[in-house]
Amino acid sequence: MSRSEPRSPVLTVTGLTVSTVDTELVRDVSLRVDRGERVGLIGESGSGKSLTASAVLGLLPEGVRATGSVRLAGVDHDLLGASERALAALRGRRMTLVFQEPMTALNPAMRVVDQVAEVMLVHRTRPDRRSARAAAVELLDRVRLPDPADTARAYPHQLSGGQRQRVVLAIALANDPDLLICDEPTTALDVTVQARMLELIRAATARSTGLLFITHDLAVVASLCDRVLVMYGGRLVESGPVHQVFTAPRHPYTRGLLAASDLTATDERGRLRTIPGSVPGAGQFPAGCVFRTRCDRADQACGQLPDWRGTPEHGHACWHPTHPGGGAP
Amino acid sequence: MSGVEDIPSGPVPGAGTRAGRRGANASLLVGGALVAAVVLLALVSFLWTPHDPTLVDAPNRLRGPSAAHWLGTDRFGRDVASQVMVGARTTLFVGVVAVGVAALVGTPLGVLAAMSSRRLGELVMRGNDLVLAFPALLLAIMFGAVFGADTLTAMLAIGIATAPSFARLARGGAVEVLGTEYVLAARVAGRRRLAIAVRHVLPNIAGLVIVQTSVSFGIAVLAEAALSFLGLGTRPPTPSWGRMLQESQELLTVSPRLALVPGLAIALAVLGFNLLGDGLRDRLDPRLEARG
Amino acid sequence: MTGDQPLIEVTDVHRTYRRPRVSLTRPGRAVAALRGVSFSVTAGQRFGIVGESGSGKSTLIRLLAGLDQPTEGTVRFRGQRVSGRPERQLGFLRRELQVVFQDPMGSLDPRMRVRDIIAEPLVAQGHPDTAGRVAELLEAVGLPQEAAGRFPHQFSGGQRQRVSIARALAPRPSVLVADEPVSALDVSVRAQILNLLADLVERYALTLVFVSHDLSVVRHVCDTVAVLRAGELVELGPVDRVYRAPEHPYTRELLAAVPTLRGALARFTTRTAEEEQP
Repeated sequence: MSRSEPRSPVLTVTGLTVSTVDTELVRDVSLRVDRGERVGLIGESGSGKSLTASAVLGLLPEGVRATGSVRLAGVDHDLLGASERALAALRGRRMTLVFQEPMTALNPAMRVVDQVAEVMLVHRTRPDRRSARAAAVELLDRVRLPDPADTARAYPHQLSGGQRQRVVLAIALANDPDLLICDEPTTALDVTVQARMLELIRAATARSTGLLFITHDLAVVASLCDRVLVMYGGRLVESGPVHQVFTAPRHPYTRGLLAASDLTATDERGRLRTIPGSVPGAGQFPAGCVFRTRCDRADQACGQLPDWRGTPEHGHACWHPTHPGGGAP
Repeated sequence: MSGVEDIPSGPVPGAGTRAGRRGANASLLVGGALVAAVVLLALVSFLWTPHDPTLVDAPNRLRGPSAAHWLGTDRFGRDVASQVMVGARTTLFVGVVAVGVAALVGTPLGVLAAMSSRRLGELVMRGNDLVLAFPALLLAIMFGAVFGADTLTAMLAIGIATAPSFARLARGGAVEVLGTEYVLAARVAGRRRLAIAVRHVLPNIAGLVIVQTSVSFGIAVLAEAALSFLGLGTRPPTPSWGRMLQESQELLTVSPRLALVPGLAIALAVLGFNLLGDGLRDRLDPRLEARG
Repeated sequence: MTGDQPLIEVTDVHRTYRRPRVSLTRPGRAVAALRGVSFSVTAGQRFGIVGESGSGKSTLIRLLAGLDQPTEGTVRFRGQRVSGRPERQLGFLRRELQVVFQDPMGSLDPRMRVRDIIAEPLVAQGHPDTAGRVAELLEAVGLPQEAAGRFPHQFSGGQRQRVSIARALAPRPSVLVADEPVSALDVSVRAQILNLLADLVERYALTLVFVSHDLSVVRHVCDTVAVLRAGELVELGPVDRVYRAPEHPYTRELLAAVPTLRGALARFTTRTAEEEQP
């Protein structure tokens, strides 16, 4: 479990802001993923977590633009503002993505083996189709598809959802990427299938690949990741080692999420603890602290944007952190 | 058996929708204006035209545009502007009859096929395919032989021949709607089939049908032109844009204006109906309304 | 209503679907969605049905709600047969049993206003004063009155699920069948909706049939649980017993696979015990 080699960052995002013409969707997000590190990015719908990933990959939808800086280890230019051609050379090779929906991520008219082989041929990491196919079958074995040689010849619709998602993972791992981004990769899967998928992702990122794992499921993050980033309203509100953030959360939002996730903790009437209200629509978050409209600790101070306290790797943005000893003014 | 989970991820960026919204208004506006112009021309022609559109004036044949004849005269010396105005009536008549017949016959048939038992549905759709495989012009010729060749007969034939495309479209849309959870919910609520068809299926396929209507309108106007050329459509001397276009053919090199005027009129009318269809579809979809 | 008299009785139900034929001479392949499922639900029970995709749980809901017919076996409600009856004879069931569906967007007609959506069972069943009842229901599910005039897309996922619950409650049913009602919702919203359901079950003395793939949710909500796997009922019993001492290997596998926050955090406690709880 313990890794002794020195940590070096594979992804460094600084001051990332994503916006449309009139609305800021992600604001001033800085994060870092080290080699061999598994970082969870959690938040609810509208928190901006998926947009953050899209911005890193240069896959923002039309009409949405990003500012700030996104650096990938070994790449001498900023990924923001890089040409589509430069980004395409990195995507699928140095940084790869596993989406939520495995059916739409695969070409229905192409055999599985050719889809895995293609990503190696496109980036010329295998000299010819023959060796790429052989490597593809090996990869399918590595993601523990039954009968890899047989499965390789199948079309996506002939596989189950879990098997398809493993093919997607095989494609993502084909070129031994530095950064693997997973966006809710197990949400559409059954729990037993999810458990196996998480095990594969853990194994794939054990060595030098950094993982950015986006999910709304805190339990998944707790079982998979080393570090966690919590987003709300397009802002990073807390970050830190998983066990510290999840056992001693500082931001009231993190605390609320944890309480709402715990189905075994109820009040005297048997009701779950909740965060009051609902997530506002895009562009309707309050000024100052984005969480203050739903926070039971909010006061006048929260009209001002809270500074980030602590280090980028372990800190929070709150005027009234929930745990004593943090130096609340 | 369980459905795919639908976790909304991230906010939908608003930039695209806003632009799309403005676009929808523009097409509604331009389409509405073009269609209104055709309707206006047709209405005014009942009360007034610059000249009698059927008056033959041999000395003044093939004249260019002038103060007396705004769009010139044709090879019989008839006033082109007046013909265009009266022709607008034919065009509207053609569109309303042909497309109306097609939509009113085809749409319920498609919904019926989707909602009835598998066997009956198959039967309806195979019958539908049979009509679809039958050339519209041939049907029009047969109708003309039996009921006499005029605009109404021709358009009934065109309408019946295009009804299957409505039926097919409506069935596809209806099958999709019938598979949704809101239809299941309506059944649990105790809704009967007819109510489900009227309250849920039809409103949700209306967008599809409206677009098909505007496309079919263009096809009907062009088909009328072709039938008129064959002597099966609008009978002379009643002016129609289609017949004007066909009559101009021999004079294309001498007087291209005679083809250009009705051609442009047809193009603008078809464009108008297409834009109106697009605009209406977007306007009728509450999901495209601004939030709040 | 005593606890002994079953409200819903499912007896040896089979449901076989036939795939569309691919050959002219042979009929399509048969797929068994349910194979010999039997159980009963008594009034006041909170009955959970757990299963993964392909377990047949959606088919079972359709049979309970009279939306589909079993190939074999019977479904009864208060002793009356539900199976084998055409839908127009299911008025008694429609008044008493209502369903909350999984997808809070897909189960609301996008072209209908909330007031018409909630009133649909009332209109279908010929109730007078739908407006007054709609206002009452909006209040009961915690939605503002002005929600009545809006369309589903103008609401968040959790609010839409509230609309869906209000519709189900409209005819004052005695049984609420909830099909994965929170699986499409965010964590904080999930807790709100589960609390709302618990409140409503209590307030209206509802019998609850709660279907989910998530064992921890079922454990929180239900008192009895049935585990379905590939169309068969593999385990049935009180929730606490099934969790404490699962009998079937599949139940054990399911329990082991569900990630729980506490279970997952335990891996840190063994490794860095001294860092815990300053």
